Amino acid sequence: MDQKRIEELQQTALRVREHIIRMSTDGGCFIGASLSCADILVYMYGEVLSAAPSRTADPERDYLFLSKGHDVPALYGTLAEFGFIDRSRLSNHLKTHDAIYWHPNRRVPGVEFHSGSLGHLISVGIGVALDIKMRGESNRVYVVMGDGELNEGSVWEALLVAHARNLDNLVAVIDRNQFQANVRTEELSMLDPLEPKFEAFGWPAVRADGHDFRSLESAFARTSPDGRPHVIIADTVRGKGLPSIEARADRWFVNFSHDEVAMLIEELHGTGKAALVSETLMVR
Amino acid sequence: METRTYEDVLREAALADENIVVMTAENRVAIRNLPGVLGSRFIDVGIAEQTMVGAAAGLALRGRKPVVHALATFLTMRAFEFIRTDVGIGNLPVKLVGGVAGFLSDGNGPTHQALEDISLMRGIPHMQVFSPADGEDMVIGLPSILASASPCYIRYNALPAPVRHSPEFRPGKAEVAAEGSDVAILVHGFLLREVMRALPLLREQGLSVRVVNMRMLQPVDQEEILRGARETRLLVTVEDHFLTGGLATIVAEVLDRARTRAHHLPIALDGWFTPGLLDPVLAAEGFTGPQIAEKILNAFQDNKG
Repeated sequence: MDQKRIEELQQTALRVREHIIRMSTDGGCFIGASLSCADILVYMYGEVLSAAPSRTADPERDYLFLSKGHDVPALYGTLAEFGFIDRSRLSNHLKTHDAIYWHPNRRVPGVEFHSGSLGHLISVGIGVALDIKMRGESNRVYVVMGDGELNEGSVWEALLVAHARNLDNLVAVIDRNQFQANVRTEELSMLDPLEPKFEAFGWPAVRADGHDFRSLESAFARTSPDGRPHVIIADTVRGKGLPSIEARADRWFVNFSHDEVAMLIEELHGTGKAALVSETLMVR
Repeated sequence: METRTYEDVLREAALADENIVVMTAENRVAIRNLPGVLGSRFIDVGIAEQTMVGAAAGLALRGRKPVVHALATFLTMRAFEFIRTDVGIGNLPVKLVGGVAGFLSDGNGPTHQALEDISLMRGIPHMQVFSPADGEDMVIGLPSILASASPCYIRYNALPAPVRHSPEFRPGKAEVAAEGSDVAILVHGFLLREVMRALPLLREQGLSVRVVNMRMLQPVDQEEILRGARETRLLVTVEDHFLTGGLATIVAEVLDRARTRAHHLPIALDGWFTPGLLDPVLAAEGFTGPQIAEKILNAFQDNKG
C-alpha cells in the first residue's frame, strides 16, 4: 500500500466520520464505538475484502459480519462511501420509511446479517465458514466484534468450535477501544491479557493499531490460512477523531443538537473546537 | 401523587432489607446511583446475562433476594433456560427487571424488541409478571413485588403517568381507570397512554367505555376479565406484545376456563415493528390513540350489525 493509497483511505475515513456525526442527532446514535471502528471498516472494505456492490449475492464474496451492531453508523457510512448504498439514504436514519436504524439489518445492501444482541455473529460466521469449506471455496469470513462483547459466554463457545473445525477462513477483528457501554472494560470483567486467552483457545492473535492503515495492513497479512482461525486485536480510541468526546464513558450513545453536530464537524476537520452542552447519557 | 422513582424505591427497600442484592448485566440506566449506596450488594457481572441469572439463583439459595437488570430481550430470551431451570424450578425469589420492552426499544430494531417476553415468562410456573403502565404505576407496585417470595418478571416502564393511579396495589388485581358498559378495554404497560387518548374519541361517538389497567398478567385479574365479558358488548385487549401468548391469549384462556363467550378484539403485534422514534413508530404500526379508537369503533359497528 503506497502513501497515496493511504491518504485516499484517510480521506474516505474522514467522510465516514462525518456521516457518523450527522447521524448523532434527531434521536442520536452510538457514536463512540462507531468512531472507534471507522478506520477498521474503511481499511477492510478498501484493502481486505473481496466484495463489491455488484456482488452482494455472490457466494464467493468475502463476508464481513458486524457482530457489535450498535456501531452500525460506521458501517452505513462505509457502505455509502464504497457505493453499496446511496449517500442520501443516510439522512433516513431513524425514519420509519427506511431501515437505517440503531442496529444493522439486511434491508441495507452490503449488510450480511442483523445484529444488536452481542455474541451472535461469531457463531453465524462459523456456519458460513463451514459451508465455504464444504463447497471447496476460498473466500473468507471476517467478524468484527467489540471488546465488551467478549463478556458474553457464547463468544468463547464459538472460539472452541472454530478451532476444533480448523476454520482458517475465519478471522475475528476485535475493536479494542477499552470501553463497554458506560464503563472501562478493565473496571468490570477485565479482559487483559487478551492475546493469551485467544492463543489458549487455538486462535493465533496479532495486535494492531486500529487507526493506522499500515499497522492494519501488516496484521491482516498475518491471517493467511494455516489451519487455524485468526484474531486481530485492533487497539482503538472510543470517539476517535473528536477530542471533545474521545475515551469518555459517558459519550457512548449521544443525541446532539444540530448546532453541536456543526461544531463537531468543524472539530473533526481541525477547524474548531466543540462546546458541548447536551446531556451525557447512560443507556442500554 | 407518587414522585419517587424506581431507583428511589429500590434503594429504600435495599437499605431496609440487607438481603436485597441488585444485579445488572451492564445495564445501569435505572440504577445508576445504587453502586455507591449498596457497595458489595451491587453486582455488575458485565454483559453476561446467563451468568447473572445463574448467580442470582445461587444468591437466592443463600437467602438473598436478587433484583436483576438487563434489556428485556437479552434477559428473558438469552437467559431463558437459566430463568426457567434455576429460578423457576427452584421457585426462588429473584426479581427480573427487563428494560425497553415492547415499543420502548424504539429505534433499536428487532434484536431489541421484546414482544414475546410476557409469553415466555408467564409460561414458567410460579413466575409473576408485572407490566406497569408507567413509572408511577411501577413504583406503586414495586414494594409488594419485592416483598413477595415468588420470582417475578417486571416489564420496566418509567414513562410519565397518563392517569392518576390508585395507590392500592394487590398482586393479581387490576386497576379500573374508567368505567363504562359498551366496551371494556383491557391494556397493560405504556399503551394505557394511547388508550386514554382513544377514550374521549370513543365517548364522542356515544360509547360508554371501560378502561382497565391490568398491572399484572400473572397472576391475572380473572374477575375483571370476566366482568368485561359479561357486562359489555366488546372486549378489547391492547398490548405491545405478539398476539401469541400475551394478554389476548390470557383473556381467551380465562374465558374458556369460565365457559364464557365474548366478542374479543385483540390489538397486538403479529410481527416485529418498524424501528424508529416512539411516536412515529406508534403511527406506523396503528397504535396511536385515534387509530386504536378507529379499530374499536369498527369492531363495535360490526358487532352491532
